[in-house]
This record gives sequence, structure tokens and C-alpha cells, in this order.
Amino acid sequence: MFDVVVDIVLLTFLATTSFAIMRMTNLFAIIMLFGIFSLLSAGLFVVMDAPDVAFTEAAVGAGISTVLMLTTLALVKRSKEPYYDEAPKTHTAWLPLIVVIVTGSALIYGTWDIPNFGSADAPSQTHVARFYLENSLPDTGVPNTVTAVLASYRGFDTLGEVTVIFTAAVAVMLLIGGKRPKSVPKTEGEEAKDEA
Amino acid sequence: MDFIIGHYNYWVVIVLMMVGLYTVISRGNLVKKIIGLNIFQVSVFFLYISLGTVEGGAAPIIAEGVKVYSNPLPHVLILTAIVVGVATTALALALVVRIKETYGTIEEDEIHNLDHSL
Amino acid sequence: MKPNLILHVIAKFLIPLIILFALYVQFHGDFGPGGGFQAGVIFSAAIILYSLVFGLESGEKIIPHHWLRILASLGVVIYAGVGIESLFLGGNYLDYTILGSNQIAGQHLGILLVELGVGITVAAAMLILFFAFAGRGRE
Repeated sequence: MFDVVVDIVLLTFLATTSFAIMRMTNLFAIIMLFGIFSLLSAGLFVVMDAPDVAFTEAAVGAGISTVLMLTTLALVKRSKEPYYDEAPKTHTAWLPLIVVIVTGSALIYGTWDIPNFGSADAPSQTHVARFYLENSLPDTGVPNTVTAVLASYRGFDTLGEVTVIFTAAVAVMLLIGGKRPKSVPKTEGEEAKDEA
Repeated sequence: MDFIIGHYNYWVVIVLMMVGLYTVISRGNLVKKIIGLNIFQVSVFFLYISLGTVEGGAAPIIAEGVKVYSNPLPHVLILTAIVVGVATTALALALVVRIKETYGTIEEDEIHNLDHSL
Repeated sequence: MKPNLILHVIAKFLIPLIILFALYVQFHGDFGPGGGFQAGVIFSAAIILYSLVFGLESGEKIIPHHWLRILASLGVVIYAGVGIESLFLGGNYLDYTILGSNQIAGQHLGILLVELGVGITVAAAMLILFFAFAGRGRE
């Protein structure tokens, strides 16, 4: 019961934080809030018995991606005050709102068929999960089933993921590795904007 | 009441998903769009982990005297997805940096106007 | 950068602990929560913290750029190499059973090597990302 209470409180925090992120316009504040959002999710993953995922989310979400976003923000800030604000909206976005409400309602209607949270006889618990839990220790001698599945049963999958990470690093290196060209020639549009 | 508690996770997942989607399609600032995408991504992580949780279960590390474990498969999938997610986010941010250096702005409307004025 | 005494002392105290923890997570991942992905990220977080506190140049002195490129590729090569090794020994690709004298030993060795490859690539890739973004800022 205690688990459920913690779960619900943290989920409510998470939803509130996401609304705050959506409503705010100062990018610096948004990025700091996103770090909090990641830390809350890491806590939730622990409550949902996924310590491996919580580890990763705490280190990646609250640590590295926040740092990457802040360094990006330092590179893309405006030249004069306000440095970190997004442009004020010129019109109310009614169409996106309608799209989002319709999609959300359809998805919530879809949840009627999902078995209750935590039920042991849900379809997702009755197929391969049981096989992995029963066989991973005799097959591999590794008590941590997550590691056994990650490295042994689904080794091909993980090889692909590692290649994706490697490729992303190469692509970032090609895009912004090395120093910035000394003087960026001003485009016509920028000059026109400066005059205006 | 049982139904509400049993489905609260999925409803919050959908709320997060829609907040992310709304941020992506309604805001013009590219950094904010990427943050919206990240919120969307985290909501998908929660969907997977919620589906894998078993009531009264332990973390899937085999130990003596523990009978019920959570489903390890979603943990594996999401664990790799988080790290791949930060790598792809960094790629998107790198593209934003290049756009800023070329156009001098990261607002979608202004980029659009610059493209048309050429 | 203006030196800040509190940051310097705390960082000097924390960074060895973070690296030690990363190694623990890497090699104890078979028995407790952890593994290559987490360890790689935690390890790179230690070096990023060092660069943030002591300046980017000192961070780059620890691991030069060309090393990072070699390490990022080395991890993928280790992973794929374990697969090819098991091919040569007569098994299927990434079938670790054949690597050891019995099934448990083979699987154990294979998982350890593969996780090591994952950890090296992830740590190097995260550092490449950070140095690319941070290095772009200076003229």
C-alpha cells in the first residue's frame, strides 16, 4: 500500500513539473526543471522495482543531458536581453490543443483494456518474462536477470544500440567538433532584422 | 477505486505524452521542442516499466527466498533506450547549434521568414 | 575561470569516489544492479565534473581527443570481436557458451567482455559529446 501512495504522489509531481515546463518561457529555468523531472523519474523507477533503469536515468537525465542542454543554451543565447527567453507567441495555438485533446482521449479510452497496474497475470508477464526469470541463472550463472538478458539473450540488440551511440557521437563530432569559424558572415536577413 | 489506482500510471503516462506532443507542435523555439520530445520519450519509458511491474515483486535479481520478480525485459529495453536517447538528443542539439550559427536565430518563424526572403 | 575554493575541495573529494563507484558498477553488474551502460555514464560524469570545476583545458589533458575517438571505436570492436571469436571457435555469432570450458564459465566471460565493450564506448561517446559542445563555445 505504501508503494502505491509513493507512486501516486511522485507521478503527480511529475505531471505538475511537465506542465510547468510547458508553460514557462525562460529556457534556463526550463532546463533546470527538466533536470528535476529526470530525478523524479529516477525515483519512480526505483518504486517500480527497476533499479538498473533508475541508475541510468539519474546519471543520464539529471546529469549529462542537463549539462549538454546548458552548454547548448550558452551557444544559442540571444545577443541582447533577454538572453534565454523564447520569442513571445503571436497567436494562440488552438489547432495543436485540439489535436492533443483528441489524441489523448483516444489513448485514455484505450487504457480501459489494460489490466490493472501490477497484476501478475497480465499478458506481458506470462510469456518470455517467466522464461528469463527461470532460466537465466542456470543458463548463464548471472543472478542479475537484466544483465543476463541484456548481454546474452539479447546480445544482438545491445550490439545495435552500442553502434547507434557510436554513430551519434561520430555525427556530433562531424557537426560541431573542432573550433567555430572565426567570423561568421552576417546573412542578409540578420542585417535586415538588426535595422528593424 | 481499484480501477482508478490500477490505471493511474497509464493516465499520467498519457498526460505526459500529450504535454510533450503539445510542446513539440505548438512552440517555435527549437530547444523547447527538443525538451518536449524528451518529455514524450520519458513517458514511453514509464509505459514500459509500468507494464512490467508486478505487485509485491522484487527487482529482477535472483536471490534465495524471493518468489515474485518484476519483468526484466522492459528494464533491458528501456535501459538501452535511455542512453541511446541522450545520444540522439545530443545530435539534435548539435543541429540546433549549427542552425543558430547559420541563421542567427533558433525561432522557427524567423528561420522560415529568412528562408523566404532569400 | 574564477577559482572557487568550496567547489575545488568538494570536487577533489568526490571525483575519485565517483570513478571508484563507476568501476564497481561495471564489474559488479552481474550480481547487483549495474552494467556497462550505467558505468560508462557514471565514469564520464566524473570527468565532466572535473572539466566543469577545473576548466575545459585541464579536462582535455586527462583524455586527449584522439584517445577518445580510439576508445569509442575500441568498445564496439571488443563487442563485435567477442562475436567473431565465438564464430571462429565453431559456435554461433555472440554465442558465449563456447568461449569457456563449460557453459557457465563461457557465458560469464562473454558477458564480462561485452559489458566492458559497452562501458568503454558509452563513456567515450558521452565525453566526445560533452567536449564537442563545450569546445564550440571558445573562439
